[in-house]
Amino acid sequence: MRNPQLNGHGELQHLLTIEGLPRDILLSILDTAAPFTEVAEREVKKIPLLRGKSVFNLFFENSTRTRTTFEIAAKRLSADVINLNINTSSTAKGESLLDTVDNLAAMHADMFVVRHASSGAPFLIAEHLARTGRDHIHVVNAGDGRHAHPTQGLLDMYTVRHYKKDFSNLVVAVVGDVLHSRVARSEIHALTTLGVPEVRVIAPKTLLPTEVERLGVRVFHDLKEGLKGVDVVMMLRLQNERMQGALLPSRQEYFKEFGLTQEKLDLAKPDAIVLHPGPMNRGVEIDSAVADGGRAVILPQVTFGIAVRMAVMSMLAGH
Amino acid sequence: MNQQPEQFPDAEDLCRELAAMMRPHVTSDTALVGIHTGGVWLAQRLHAELGITQPLGSLDVSFHRDDFSRTGLKPGLKASSLPCDIEGAHVILVDDVLYTGRTVRAAVNELFDFGRPASVDLAVLVDRGGRELPVCARFCAHTLTQPLPASQNLQLERGEDGSLTLRLLGE
Repeated sequence: MRNPQLNGHGELQHLLTIEGLPRDILLSILDTAAPFTEVAEREVKKIPLLRGKSVFNLFFENSTRTRTTFEIAAKRLSADVINLNINTSSTAKGESLLDTVDNLAAMHADMFVVRHASSGAPFLIAEHLARTGRDHIHVVNAGDGRHAHPTQGLLDMYTVRHYKKDFSNLVVAVVGDVLHSRVARSEIHALTTLGVPEVRVIAPKTLLPTEVERLGVRVFHDLKEGLKGVDVVMMLRLQNERMQGALLPSRQEYFKEFGLTQEKLDLAKPDAIVLHPGPMNRGVEIDSAVADGGRAVILPQVTFGIAVRMAVMSMLAGH
Repeated sequence: MNQQPEQFPDAEDLCRELAAMMRPHVTSDTALVGIHTGGVWLAQRLHAELGITQPLGSLDVSFHRDDFSRTGLKPGLKASSLPCDIEGAHVILVDDVLYTGRTVRAAVNELFDFGRPASVDLAVLVDRGGRELPVCARFCAHTLTQPLPASQNLQLERGEDGSLTLRLLGE
């Protein structure tokens, strides 16, 4: 079966998930993103690649940072950006979603940036567009359920490559609430595709999906043990809003066992970097001293994120 | 792919001629900006040869190309780098071959995103004819008497020793 994200020429048509994307496409996105970082430093922070295009930010789930960075990216590419924050009623998802899409397509949308609480919603939209002969409209997944957040995964890879230059000799640890995290899935698929020889996940058993090893990772349940010798620490946000039942004793208890403190970070390599997708829960998964410390590259991640999103949107629009 | 370098003057000779043409016009406000890729190589030579004090700039015009909607982004995109202050500068854009003028149009647009230059001139090694826009080079070392057909591509190449040669590709 053809990858639904690629067109007949093997070029990126939609960006729905990192899983299954060939390595050369991931690398070409990272390579393309590099020159876009320079646009932000110009007198005029705007280039005309998407001039005359309409980008619809369809956010069925709350987000400030991701929506803002997509909006900035599209505006720096000279697109017209329309932000729609749509509160989902938990019923009538399938049909009302596609009705919304049809209406916006009738307004001559060129690109949908979709955030949805349900896994697979952006894929459903892309399929619907293809089925109805409107596959000139591109879809970018800005986070769907627990499934994928590909631009976050890509900007994390961009950040890692910026500081570590090469993926082929790294030990990378993904730490925290892997179970609820679409970011973790996108990161793990990207890291393994890009040839990182050792990817670790570090989390309590209750916050790991079953058979997580099948993603090609080493599993640790002890943060101190798992951090030994790592080059890159990718923290995850503890997703309070997705917690159901008694997965954790308490936030304080979680911090004690799995919160990243300077003392624990000292077990990693001396030049290890710390990433976090934001928003951070200080004192829960990460200590303020680490978040604001010299090893954290959390704010550069945000800056790189705009360039990566500009690159993705430009590549899609050019195919 | 046939090669007919003998048809063209030596690129090294042309480079020296171009520098001689530009020399009387170079001042302390002159900023040299090469257009990727051949134009950057040429600009590096001219920058040293002419003893220009402003740091050398380079432009990748991909962000301003007029064929983006047809061809998309080309691989090998590079960052533009303008370490010289463009505001108020007398800029000389440098490219290897002048053809339709579309690259120059894109380069001028790109340049203005960095500031308002006092003036912009164009220096090229070869004018191959076939202009589609009202663009002409103030400094041009060689103009072909017969415009080249569109199926042919004339480009500058740089050897491992840094030597420059003109190469004609295509039928």
